[in-house]
Amino acid sequence: MEKTRPLWANPLQFVFACISYAVGLGNVWRFPYLCQMYGGGSFLVPYIIMLIVEGMPLLYLELAVGQRMRQGSIGAWRTISPYLSGVGIASVVVSFFLSMYYNVINAWSFWYLFHSFQDPLPWSVCPLNSNHTDYDEECEKASSTQYFWYRKTLNISPSIEETGVVQWQPALCLILAWLVVYLCILRGTESTGKVVYFTALLPYCVLIIYLVRGLTLHGATNGLAYMFTPKLEQLANPKAWINAATQIFFSLGLGFGSLIAFASYNEPSNNCQRHAIIVSIINSSTSIFSSLVTFSIYGFKATLNYENCLKKVILLLTDSFDLEDGFLTASNLEQVKTYLVSAYPSKYSEVFPQIKNCSLESELNTAVQGTGLSFIVYTEAIKNMEVSQLWSVLYFFMLLMLGIGSMLGNTAAILTPLTDSKVISSYLPKEAISGLVCLVNCAIGMVFTMESGNYWFDIFNDYAATLSLLLIVLVETVAVCYVYGLRRFESDLQSMTGCSLSWYWKVMWAGVSPLLIISLFIFFLSDYILMGTLQYQAWDASKGQLVTKDYPTYVLVFIGLLVASSIMFIPLVALGTFIMRCLNRGNTAPVV
Amino acid sequence: MAKAALSGGWIFFPRLPCVFHSERMLWPLFFLVTAIRAELCQPDAENAFKVRLSIKTALGDKAYAWDTNEEYLFKAMVAFSMRKVPNRETTEISHVLLCNVTQRVSFWFVVTDPSKNHTIPAVEVQSAIRMNRNRINNAFFLNDQTLEFLKIPSTLEPPTEPAVPVWIIIFGVIFCIVIIAITLLILSGIRQRRRKNKGPAEGEDAEDKRATAVTVENGIPCDPLDMKDGCLNDAFMNEGERLTPL
Repeated sequence: MEKTRPLWANPLQFVFACISYAVGLGNVWRFPYLCQMYGGGSFLVPYIIMLIVEGMPLLYLELAVGQRMRQGSIGAWRTISPYLSGVGIASVVVSFFLSMYYNVINAWSFWYLFHSFQDPLPWSVCPLNSNHTDYDEECEKASSTQYFWYRKTLNISPSIEETGVVQWQPALCLILAWLVVYLCILRGTESTGKVVYFTALLPYCVLIIYLVRGLTLHGATNGLAYMFTPKLEQLANPKAWINAATQIFFSLGLGFGSLIAFASYNEPSNNCQRHAIIVSIINSSTSIFSSLVTFSIYGFKATLNYENCLKKVILLLTDSFDLEDGFLTASNLEQVKTYLVSAYPSKYSEVFPQIKNCSLESELNTAVQGTGLSFIVYTEAIKNMEVSQLWSVLYFFMLLMLGIGSMLGNTAAILTPLTDSKVISSYLPKEAISGLVCLVNCAIGMVFTMESGNYWFDIFNDYAATLSLLLIVLVETVAVCYVYGLRRFESDLQSMTGCSLSWYWKVMWAGVSPLLIISLFIFFLSDYILMGTLQYQAWDASKGQLVTKDYPTYVLVFIGLLVASSIMFIPLVALGTFIMRCLNRGNTAPVV
Repeated sequence: MAKAALSGGWIFFPRLPCVFHSERMLWPLFFLVTAIRAELCQPDAENAFKVRLSIKTALGDKAYAWDTNEEYLFKAMVAFSMRKVPNRETTEISHVLLCNVTQRVSFWFVVTDPSKNHTIPAVEVQSAIRMNRNRINNAFFLNDQTLEFLKIPSTLEPPTEPAVPVWIIIFGVIFCIVIIAITLLILSGIRQRRRKNKGPAEGEDAEDKRATAVTVENGIPCDPLDMKDGCLNDAFMNEGERLTPL
């Protein structure tokens, strides 16, 4: 008796699974940065255009392929054309790289979550130096949140060459993160289907709570006004359009094979067109929504820093000129300064170098993305809120839900082809395969818990998936449209779902989206080539800030291998299949 | 004009007739003493410390004005701190000299020895103040940042660390919960698979039993009775069937 393929209990589980996979950390910590850098409110124009032109068609394509072929990525592409099973293998390899380093973020979220139950929050105060006369030097030069991130969490080494040892605290958190992921994927869609209710919905609850809290913070409106004021001249900047396209592309998680895997567990009659539109719209709206929260937090933090800066200047002037305490305020500062310049010119010129120019705009201009945003900037804002433990717990819990939701998709992309393969699933039950995958990933992930682990993390984050994905999705689109045949695919979809394919999808799949991807690919390549050598940001403990360094040669070789190792499967497998076919034809030809 | 407040204060002597020779001797001595005392407490003098208070910053509306009574309290607190040092138990309030009080509020102070000619070394004063910093702060409702002794570093309070870090406790709890949940799921999965393997075999046995039961009930073949569509009782003839169809 043939084993029936496990299915989602209802279409809602499938939608939630896709949402929880697509809505990830990138929505929270990359989109606000892009929005700020490329013109605030006017960035929404290229973003929405790219969503309609690139995001929705490609998402629909992947879901349709998965639902039609009812297999994981390797099997699906093998069905389309035996020469193209390399695409599926490349997807699995890229997903493998992604899950290796992505779960480290969950480990860090766990670390911060566990530390949020202390009073005061450990990143709000600097530790003391050895004779208790002053604060720790590194902490003074940087800030307490940066110190907690770089020293207490990562214990980062000064450069990538100095690897150091595995830190047991992040290692424990990584093991816990993998155990939680294993618990969620253990039973396949049965368990994943229930978990995605939480991982999809809870982040929205927290975001709404944070939105309300964020908007009521002192100075939040400064941030919102500054960030969302459209700077229309950025629309002419090609980088804005390119970044909008890449953000849509990577935010939806195309090309990893996760969407194919999720869709393969669907009923064949499922209306995946509607689901594709829903998921892509929800993904983009979440990005915009979270940037509202982020900008109000930015505004709060910038206003606080600006006011602290003013206080320091006031204190400096009060002390140097022995003015009455409380006489100098922010409003009369400028007048008093001009008076002092005229009355005590010599003394003023002595003090002048120490007086900082406090500017709210320069505080708002500090744009941060990635782990820096979540673990440094947000924690700094949280420590200044009342009941900071509660806000901290909520925030890191949300990060955890987002991260685990994405991990479910990543592991599904790896496991579905493995469980589909008759060879492997005949020897090992589903639980054992999942366990093995988690174990291998966890063991390799220990690299990221070493002292130089964050530098390797950045390498994986920047290079493991970017070029490979573009190529994979390009080959996918071309394969479906030209190798399998657009008409054949259209009739398959019609018989499967009952709804016909509108001309819009056909135009996008056949023409616009491949062109877009090719142009993105060319842009990335030219960017890497023009930059020459690749550089990274290293933390300098003596200065208390980041410095730029060059990658050593062996790291550059590793990066090249990383990119090549996934892409090379496409031509290699095609070549291998071709050779096998030739050999078979050669063998069978003489037989009459 | 800055308020100069030497502990002796200015004493105005009316011009007395030079009656006694001894009195004449006392005059220069007196001026010498006050001159020396004036020199002992001066900005940047030896063993002198500058103190800076930020009362309005600390207390806002509840700020009190800095007057001579507050100065007296300050002198008392410093004298109290000095008395705690061994060999200095005889320090009196009059041994503490304040000078150069500004609007800021800031002033300099020195502590003299009982002879009132020399000042106590800075190191002793520093250690005495550091030991009793908390009491001095509390007397004025201020803290280390708003009542500053320049050149006397304050001892910072180390954050209290519990014996077992809190994060490990929470980590342990969640770890155990996850392990238990995984074990339960795996075990239930194994049990389900075992039941499924036994299931088809058991189903076949049941059918066989049913088959034998049907045929062996009281010697009467019950097969026909088991059929869902019933069985025909030939005793009753269907009326319609007598007539042949047309």
